[in-house]
Parts: sequence; structure tokens; C-alpha cells
Amino acid sequence: MLEIRNLHARVDDREILKGINLVVNPGEVHSIMGPNGSGKSTLAQVLAGRETYVVTEGEVLLDGDNILEIEPEERACRGIFMAFQYPVEIPGVANTYFLRMALNSIRKYNGLKELKPVEFVKYVKEKMKIIRTSDDLLKRSVNEGFSGGEKKRNEIFQMALLEPKLCVLDETDSGLDIDALKLVADGVNAMRSPERAFIIITHYQRLLNYVVPDFVHVLVDGKLVKSGGKELALELEEKGYSWVENSSQSAA
Amino acid sequence: MSNTDVRVEELAEQEYKYGFVTDIESETLPPGLNEDVIRQISAKKNEPEFMLKWRLKAYRHWLTLKEPEWGNIRYPRIDYQGISYFSAPKKTGLESLDEVDPELLETYEKLGIPLEEQKMLAGVAVDAVFDSVSVVTTFKETLAEVGVIFCPFSEAVQKYPELIKKYMFSVVPYTDNYFAALNSAVFTDRSFCLVPKGVRCPMELSTYFRINEKNTGQFERTLIIAEEGAYVSYLEGCTAPMRDENQLHAAVVELVALDDATIKYSTIQNWYPGDKNGKGGIYNFVTKRGKCAGRNSHISWTQVETGSAITWKYPGCILLGDGSVGEFYSVALTNNWQQADTGTKMIHIGKNTRSNIVSKGISAGHGQNTYRGMVKILKGAQGARNYTQCDSMLIGEDCSAHTFPYIEVKNSSAQMEHEASTSKIGEDQIFYCKQRGISAEDAVSLIVNGFCKEVLSELPMEFAIEAQKLLSISLEGSVG
Repeated sequence: MLEIRNLHARVDDREILKGINLVVNPGEVHSIMGPNGSGKSTLAQVLAGRETYVVTEGEVLLDGDNILEIEPEERACRGIFMAFQYPVEIPGVANTYFLRMALNSIRKYNGLKELKPVEFVKYVKEKMKIIRTSDDLLKRSVNEGFSGGEKKRNEIFQMALLEPKLCVLDETDSGLDIDALKLVADGVNAMRSPERAFIIITHYQRLLNYVVPDFVHVLVDGKLVKSGGKELALELEEKGYSWVENSSQSAA
Repeated sequence: MSNTDVRVEELAEQEYKYGFVTDIESETLPPGLNEDVIRQISAKKNEPEFMLKWRLKAYRHWLTLKEPEWGNIRYPRIDYQGISYFSAPKKTGLESLDEVDPELLETYEKLGIPLEEQKMLAGVAVDAVFDSVSVVTTFKETLAEVGVIFCPFSEAVQKYPELIKKYMFSVVPYTDNYFAALNSAVFTDRSFCLVPKGVRCPMELSTYFRINEKNTGQFERTLIIAEEGAYVSYLEGCTAPMRDENQLHAAVVELVALDDATIKYSTIQNWYPGDKNGKGGIYNFVTKRGKCAGRNSHISWTQVETGSAITWKYPGCILLGDGSVGEFYSVALTNNWQQADTGTKMIHIGKNTRSNIVSKGISAGHGQNTYRGMVKILKGAQGARNYTQCDSMLIGEDCSAHTFPYIEVKNSSAQMEHEASTSKIGEDQIFYCKQRGISAEDAVSLIVNGFCKEVLSELPMEFAIEAQKLLSISLEGSVG
């Protein structure tokens, strides 16, 4: 589904990604871990198409097409979703209105009929059975005055509603208490399917207790230095990132 | 350049949608202003003697005044002798639409005001002003049944001189300011409305008007009176054809609300704003004021200002009656080289009077947006309250927003609240929308409409939708 080949990216004059290679197949859950400043969020932003990051080398193929050449909104329409680390507020715009506009943009792109308000409400009700959220949250303005936990829950609800094929979660677990963390994990687990892939970016192994990844990758200084199964996360938790950093340096 | 960028630029370069000039023979006075011109205007309009006297008085006063320079706006000097002060389509006073010049009807069509359809479907009475003289007025009968008078101002001068004598200049005297004095001398036409005691006007009243004759200044005059317990909602929307020269517009609107009466006055102003290099565009110097004369009367101004090269406009309320309420809701958008200096004046005189001000300024391109507001609590205004909220949004690097709130309190029991904010439309907000599949253009329009929500929700439904579209259109090309 997704193939990242020798991806290099910079912001201003600083090179942050220094040659990332990764293949993600449908149904897989990949976790990317790494210390602060290693480039985890940059990778998420580059996949989503943030203009502040300049790709200097490499390719990102989604179903065989190089997505680096297409606009962020088109990437979203083709099924890439990013749950933001810091979701922004859009005052005065009702969450449901925003979601309907997003869903209809994506549906239109894919040649599907746009949902009328009534149909949309029905659709939302269905989704609410799977992903727990509140009416109140849907009526309020997009993320405005939401607590940290509410914002993350809202991201997961949006993800459920838009039904992307590739979900990129950018440190969705950071700053969450244990209850909110479980809610997020439940949401992700409910959405796991053979057609859908996840890239979960996280600092800690904590979330991975609830969402069990198929693969764990360690990102250090713009490169994936170690990959393994879920047990790698536990090992990291125990030994710290310095363990991989040192071993990668000694290997170099 | 990406596809979206190309599309946005294409749209931005589209010619002003309503930029066309109709070929209708009209009777136009040669440019210039003197007492003789004023006599001719009055004669052409068949006015009673008192009106001519008033006009001349106003003109003589105007000659003693200087054009105000305190506004935060820059424009070349206006040559008042270079303007023609009267222009009327030749045929007037027709009884039915069949008698109306077909070309004129076509113009309305282009503007999206098919009178017939509106008669049938919309339930909106339209007093359509074409240049200076009203040609067609619909729905008069329906209104007459409940005793509402709704007609062109010039008709009221002839038919209801006593009402005109009683109320004209009672809110905006001809001495009020430079542009009000000019208007009082040379005003042409617009609406007169009186809703009698206890009557709730059965429909939204609206006037569409546009500037059409080359070099013709527009000096419209409107007077609306709501008697005891009456209610009326008046909508005004306008567009103008494309021009190179700058055009002057100086309208005066007076509202009078008696005991327990309510007047809602909504404006969508979409006049030609000039091209993207700042060439051309309407100069809009407007004086609008309402007098809450009676107890518990209520006047509410709502405006969406997206057009004109220069906007100078402060719809205000004189809160004379005890317990009266004045409101001002405003969205002003300046793109390219547009300049707006707009706000309100709330004068609290009666006891327990309240005023509410919500102003949203949006600047894009090289646009310059100024909020200027005055809240005055006089000595006798025991228990007066004001709430002011004044928010500015900036799009891009070259625009600006300014705020000048004046507050004058002479009674210590007054409660005043003032909130202000300035925000930049964030690249992160736009990206967030894009990541959800929404295009940059739609994102900007979404964010701006959210920003203006409190004001737009004050507009009647069909106007609110039109206003939302207008905001989106006016912002085209503001994001790359």
C-alpha cells in the first residue's frame, strides 16, 4: 500500500529525514518510536504534505503513485489520514459541519454521492456506536475549548468517520491520562481491518499495551535504525533509546 | 504551481461579475454643482417648495464645511464639480411590469432580481432603484392592506409631505457632517417606509439599487418609521457596474422607532471594489443613524461590507427612550487595495438603555480595515450597559487592521464591557482542513465564515447564505 523509498526532508536548512525506507501493507500496524528530535513528527507531516517540509530526495508511493507530487487535500482524498499531535481550533465552525464538508470532499473525489445533512446525521449516529464520543463535542466548534483528551478523541472520531486506508497517528497518546488513552486505543482497535494500515508514532511503549503493533521501528537522527516485532517496544522501554543509539553508532 | 493555485488565481482574475453597463437612454444633468443644479433636481422631481428650500439651505451649509480628514483612509481629492448630480431613466411612473423598458428588466435579470419571480416566490417587496429614480415598486397592495407605506422617497415627498416634514432631518440633520449635508442638498431617491402602530410588517422589505450612469454620484435617502409596537425588517443589497473612474456615493438613512417598536436594518454592500491594483472602485461615504425615540424601542443594524474601494460608515443609535436597545453587527472585508473605516456610535440618553456591538474585520491582500466606535453614556442614562466585541482577522503579510474605540461615560452606574482580538488566519488551520480533504479555497471560506458567525446569524436566512457566498468570492485569490 505504502512504500517509502530513501526519503530525505529538510526544514529551513536543517536536514531532518536522512533516508527513510519503509513498506506498509494493508492490515498492518507499524509503530515508529524514537527520541525527541529524531524526525518522527516530520515523517508524519511529510506523508500528509505539509509545505514547511521540503523533500530533497526519495519517493513515497501510495498504491504505486508518487504522492509527493500531489496536494495535501488530494492525498487525504486518496485515503491518507493524519491524527494531529496538536489539533488546531477553528472558532465558529461547528464540528459536524466541518466533518460533513470533509467527508463530502472526499466522497466527491472518489466519485461517490455527497451526503445530505440528514443522511450525514444518520451516518454519524452509526459511527458513534463504534467510536465513543458525545453529541456535545459534535455540536461545538472544531476543537475550540476542547481539553487535550477531547481533542485527541475528536481526531479519532474524525478518522472513523472518514474511513481512510492509511492512518498516521502523530503522538496521539502524548498528554493523555490512562482513561483517554484507552478510549483512543479502543477506537484504533475497532478500526483495524485487513484493508487498513496504521502508522503509530509514539514516544512511549504505553499505547502499544493497548494497540498491539505488528512492527516496531526505531527512528534515530532521521534514519530507521532498528526494526522488529512488538517485543522491541518493551526492550526499548527497559533499556532506553541510548541503547539503540549506541548500538547503531557501533554498527556504523 | 499546483492545480489549486492556478484555479484560485483564475478566479481572482475573473472580471467583476456585475460589471456591465446597460444602454438605457437617460436624462442626465451635466457635471457640476451650484444652486441652479439643485433647483433643476428639485424641479425634475416635481418637489414641493419646502423641499427645495431645505435643499438650498443644506447646500449653503455644505459650502461652509470641509471634507473630513480624520478617517484612516487615503484617496485622491474628490472633484465635486466633476460629478453629475442627476440621472434618471426617461420612462417612469409605470403601472405594470409590461410597461417597463425591457432592457431595464434584463438588467435586473442579470442582477438576479427577476421582479416577477420575486413577486410570486420570494415574498419580498422590492423597491428597485435604477440610478436615481424608482421605476418599479411591487407588493404595494399587500402592504397597503395592513397600512404599511412603502414607496420611493421622492414619492413620499409628494404624497406625505407632513410625514417628511416631521421626520426628515430628525435623526441626521443636514448639518450633521460634510457628506450628510451634500446628500441633503442633492439627494435623489430611495425608500420611505412607515409601519403604523401595532403592525408587524408582513414581509421583509428590500431595496436593490445600483449605480449605472457614468460619473453619476449616488445620493440616496431613506427614512423608516416604526410607530408604537410596530416591527419592520429592511434589507438592502447592492452591486455596481465596472468602472475606471472612482464614483462617489453618499447616502443617508434615518430610522425612527417609537415606543416598543423594532427596526432591523440589514445591508449587504458589494459595490465595485476596484481592480487588483487598486484602480477604480466606489467611494462610499454613508451616514446611517437610528433614533430609539420611544420606551423599550429597539434598532438593530447588521452590515456585511465587502465592496467599495473606500468605506466610511458608522451606523449608530441614539438611545433616547428608557429601556431602549441599540445593536450593531458588522463584517467588513477588505481585499486587494480596499480601505474600510467603519464602526458605530451608540449614544445612551435614556435610563436602562443597552447597546451591543459586534464587529468583525477581515483584511487580505493590501486591504486596510479600521474599526472606529463610540459609546457615549450621558448623565441621565442611569443603568446603561454596553458590550463591545471587536475582532480582526488578517490574511497574508501586507494587510492591516486598526481599532479606535472611544468610550465616554458620564454616569457612574454604567456597565461597560469591551473585548478585542486580532488573529491571523493560520497556515496550520488551512493545513488541518486540507488534511481532511478540504481545498485551500474552501478552507479559507470556512474559517472566515466561522469567524463571522455571530454577525451572519443576525441576517435573515436567504441573506445569510448570500453573504457567505459573497465572503468567499471576495476572498478569492487571497491565498496562494
